Amino acid sequence: MGVVTGFVDRWVILKNDHRHYPTYPHGHLTHLALGFIAASLGAVAVPAIAKPDYVAVTFLVLAAQQFRDIRTMERDTLTSLDENKLVVRGNDYIEGIAMVFETRNYLVILTAMITSGVTFLWGWPYALAAGIVCIYISTKIMTGSHMGDIAEVQPGTVHFNGALLMVEDVVIKNVGLPQTREKILKEGIGVVIKPNDDDARLTLQSLGQRMAIIHDVVSILGSKVDIGEDELKPMARINLDKGYLCLFMVTNEHDLECLVDIIKRVPVLETTRGTTLKTYYGRKAAD
Amino acid sequence: MDIQMQDYLLAIITINPESVKGAGCPVFLATDEEQQQKISLLLARILAGDVHDLENGVYVIVKH
Repeated sequence: MGVVTGFVDRWVILKNDHRHYPTYPHGHLTHLALGFIAASLGAVAVPAIAKPDYVAVTFLVLAAQQFRDIRTMERDTLTSLDENKLVVRGNDYIEGIAMVFETRNYLVILTAMITSGVTFLWGWPYALAAGIVCIYISTKIMTGSHMGDIAEVQPGTVHFNGALLMVEDVVIKNVGLPQTREKILKEGIGVVIKPNDDDARLTLQSLGQRMAIIHDVVSILGSKVDIGEDELKPMARINLDKGYLCLFMVTNEHDLECLVDIIKRVPVLETTRGTTLKTYYGRKAAD
Repeated sequence: MDIQMQDYLLAIITINPESVKGAGCPVFLATDEEQQQKISLLLARILAGDVHDLENGVYVIVKH
């Protein structure tokens, strides 16, 4: 019972989404197999302790250590993939994804353990209910906040001040060739991301979060970038005085509405999340 | 990981030679703006750099 719920749990929380990762079907199979092992571990833990078979318990602890390697595995894979990308994912994003993969296996172990414990104590009908509750909880608690929760995303106007490309009042870069400028004026999209509070402002200031936003948009809408031709490369620059982020990009699909929605759904990375308002001085300074 | 030079001036294209002195990179003289843009475009494609306009008749190619 524990093994089954644990495995189902892994399956449910294994999402193959727009970030092109994990790949289907091989990447999926790797994680499902590891999820199955994790579920087995969690499921046999309770009977082993109840017996009591302490040798078995020791082995379980040893086996659980293996799951720490999952983070390293994910990090290595994603970092090597990043080397060949024109628009990179960034180390912060990679670290975030690797952490999530590791944590999800612990969730599976926990789900399997709880279910098998309930089976052991009260029988399988209760275990079924416990399993469903556990799976529901693991899908809920592992959803972090998104850009839409911490900031307001609005369309921004792309224009030129001489050779300077601007989105609203923020300078993005200098564009030399008139034909490139014309193309940008015709196809470029600007977006302004306004932080809701000081925490969000710090989050937006981090390069990792900006790279994550750009990567997610580019992986869905595409970008007109090639080797040696990165004048149309997406860029994000911050207004230092007011703290809002201006994003410029030339996408394959010119759809502003979708772009705004995609940005709202970009996860706030754990490693870049600003927490100034949680500190005494941060709150005091924010007055 | 391969090592590359970044933010490095690769070439200068100007219709206004007096405004460029020294320079550690090739300076290309153009007769008019049209030729200047053409040379800039070609050089940018060859050198895989970006064209920037200094707004005084000088274009620079920079590797970012």
